[in-house]
Amino acid sequence: MSNHLTNLTLKIWRQSGPNDKGAFESYPIASISDEASFLEMLDVLNEQLIDQGREAIVFDHDCREGICGTCSLMIDGQAHGPQRGTATCQLHMRKFQSGQEIVIEPWRATAFPIIKDLMVDRAAFDRIVEAGGFITAPTGGAPDANLIPIAKPVADASMDAAECIGCGACVAACPNGAANLFTSAKVSHLNLLPQGQAERWSRVEAMVETMDEHFGSCTNHGECEAACPKNISLDFIAMMNKDYRKAKFKNRKLIAQI
Amino acid sequence: MNMTDITTTDMTRTQLNAKIPAGPIAEKWDTYKSDMKLVNPNNKRKFKVIVVGSGLAGASAAASLAELGYQVDVFTFHDSPRRAHSIAAQGGINAAKNYHGDGDSIHRLFYDTIKGGDFRAREGNVYRLAQVSVDIIDQMVAQGVPFAREYGGLLDNRSFGGAQVSRTFYARGQTGQQLLLGAYQQLARQIGLGNVRLFNRSELVDTVVIDGRCAGIVTRDLQTGAVESHAAHATVLCTGGYGNVFFLSTNAMQCNVTAAWRAHRRGAYFANPCYTQIHPTCIPQADDTQSKLTLMSESLRNDGRVWVPKNVGETRPADQIPEDDRDYYLERLYPSFGNLAPRDISSRAAKRAVDSGRGVGPLKNGVYLDFSAAIKRLGKDVVQERYGNLFEMYERIAGENPYDVPMRIYPASHYTMGGLWVDYELMTTVPGLYAAGEANFSDHGANRLGASALMQGLADGYFVLPYTIGNYLAPMLNKPIPGTDHPEFVAAETEARGRYQQYLNIKGTRSPDWFHRELGKIIWDYCGMERTEEGLQKALSELPPLYEEFQKDLRVTGDGESLNQTLEKAGRVDDFFQLGMLMCRDALERKESCGGHFRAEYQDDEGEAQRDDEHFAHVAAWEWTGDPMRATRNVEELDFETIHLAKRSYK
Repeated sequence: MSNHLTNLTLKIWRQSGPNDKGAFESYPIASISDEASFLEMLDVLNEQLIDQGREAIVFDHDCREGICGTCSLMIDGQAHGPQRGTATCQLHMRKFQSGQEIVIEPWRATAFPIIKDLMVDRAAFDRIVEAGGFITAPTGGAPDANLIPIAKPVADASMDAAECIGCGACVAACPNGAANLFTSAKVSHLNLLPQGQAERWSRVEAMVETMDEHFGSCTNHGECEAACPKNISLDFIAMMNKDYRKAKFKNRKLIAQI
Repeated sequence: MNMTDITTTDMTRTQLNAKIPAGPIAEKWDTYKSDMKLVNPNNKRKFKVIVVGSGLAGASAAASLAELGYQVDVFTFHDSPRRAHSIAAQGGINAAKNYHGDGDSIHRLFYDTIKGGDFRAREGNVYRLAQVSVDIIDQMVAQGVPFAREYGGLLDNRSFGGAQVSRTFYARGQTGQQLLLGAYQQLARQIGLGNVRLFNRSELVDTVVIDGRCAGIVTRDLQTGAVESHAAHATVLCTGGYGNVFFLSTNAMQCNVTAAWRAHRRGAYFANPCYTQIHPTCIPQADDTQSKLTLMSESLRNDGRVWVPKNVGETRPADQIPEDDRDYYLERLYPSFGNLAPRDISSRAAKRAVDSGRGVGPLKNGVYLDFSAAIKRLGKDVVQERYGNLFEMYERIAGENPYDVPMRIYPASHYTMGGLWVDYELMTTVPGLYAAGEANFSDHGANRLGASALMQGLADGYFVLPYTIGNYLAPMLNKPIPGTDHPEFVAAETEARGRYQQYLNIKGTRSPDWFHRELGKIIWDYCGMERTEEGLQKALSELPPLYEEFQKDLRVTGDGESLNQTLEKAGRVDDFFQLGMLMCRDALERKESCGGHFRAEYQDDEGEAQRDDEHFAHVAAWEWTGDPMRATRNVEELDFETIHLAKRSYK
């Protein structure tokens, strides 16, 4: 049977729009089931606010299964809260205690401007993928799928990178607001696969340089890995850096051949 | 084709023509492709196509159409196209590759899909689906989807419900995610190249029909509230299903019926709304604050055994209940398919077990899905390799470790087979307006098999629409189309603005979520897993007054000029109300049981669904008349030329 947490205080960032200064506001939660998810607690609070004629708190969320990457939230200074390898939507109130004060903020990064309250704009991630995070394989005419055997460890490593849900926790956790973990996951997913080799060097160059236009620089803090709800490894950043360095030579050589 | 003479509606019915090409089933699609009209590559850029929704169907359609050279505008209410709910599909994607030599073929996938849908799907579409399933896997691998592999480097397969072959390709427990990222990357490439314009955080609020063809759409920018028109030569809706009508479902929180419903109100027929799928393996509801239910992949039934205690009021924990006191009811009732019986059948069996008082868990609202035998047989490592991430997810949500205690599961609303009526070309009854993926009705009949939704979304987007849209556009070359200054666009904009302003003006006492919950309760109780005439009549008497209350007592705080999730929700709940009424009417009129539509009055001695092929081997396609309670029921007869109608048995 479920137990209840009582007497919680939520300190939540409210900001009416991109140009508003914003401030914390406190909201009491008298009682909430420990079976409730963190976002369900916010749902309950929002229902109370509407009851009182006040505007509901805006926050991004969708699948609530930890896979779409829509939800965010800095909870007590930690991206996605205290449970490791868990997105906010999968965080449950059994991880908290009665009487606790919980501070809830949006992702804080220059590249992620605040839209309203706890919602930010992460479109810069899409720009990175648009720059090169794909394999050029127009529809139709693909060879039989089993024509290219891929060693299981290679497919597994690619999948480890491909698990990234693009939530932005890595950027929010980084003191520099760098997007190297996200970008490296996207680069490595494709650069590891045989199908991705033809565009390997142009891909990494285009993606890294687009990343640099929007985000801060990586100085190897490793906060991103600790915050990642999918436990994406820092090793992918090393792989991306290695590929980028190589690409700068290889791509120059290719251009020289023209 | 003959009109059936039995009907309880007194309205006149139009016989719909699906435009299935003539000839043997295996040649229909080839015949279509050889006969269709083409648009010259240099002329494609003269055509504008709107794609609404960016899930598997939408992203793949938009990317493919842009590659061909069409100008494409993509609209999504998400912040990024990659958030679409296709991403949450776990188990896999079917394809008739027969890589394992276990007897699979295009014909067998076709047959399994028709049978799985309880003989209520259209043969021509389903055969084409099975044909292109093979190309989908090739395409997705070429794009870099990291499917699971054998040690030799070849692709691995697993089994799913309703099939006796292993034809399901998967990427851990995140197949939907990987396929969506694959399609999204192709879309992103086209956005980067400037061939696709992306409108994110932008919701369709109306479709516009001028001179009998779809002229475009009206959208609302969720960040600014601005209502805008967009004109195009063709419009494609890939906006998913309506499972959230139940309030609690496995759908993402924002999944809604608005795009399909607004198109329905402008003349697109809505087919078989009562065909909804209740997925058997979801985590049971834990308390009243619950906002959604979480699905545990059907693939778990490959190794998990479903059971409940034999005794009503059993109080012992699972591991202390001896074998003799357990009822492995799926293995007992359906020996040849066992725990892999199709979804509708498994769901009803679970409901009966719980209704008989043998439910498990603190609220007695679940059945066990037990891996102890598999762990003993295969070892914990193998089980972890296969299902590790699902087990972790279960533990996070339920707070119990499934390696030690059995999972508890219960059915929940998951997928909707009904949707906008489309013909063989995936065109709705409004010329120039297409529907693809879960938003249409065409391929799954009355029940969808596991791992077939991803297949259909990608089939429609990659391999069907890019052909059929050209056939529609070709004759329109160099002919002007109405611009957004046309009075119909202006009127639709004014109407949409008025609608959202009205939600704000009511200033009643109840939130949109409150109404959604109440609506969901009625639909779940009377139009859920088991339906009766009495219950449906009751629902139809309760829904209109509740809807009236919604229109009088809704409270939306905030304004219409900045991002307002309460206001967004109000619009979606409004449309769910209207759809809910149509669902109940459809369920009432379909006086038979088939697939996910189980009418308690129509069952055989063993409690299995009893179809009435003589009177109901047809699609019900509802026509808007201004009031969902008075919609007109049109039919499309289903001709079974290849498959012999049979009683569906999984015993």
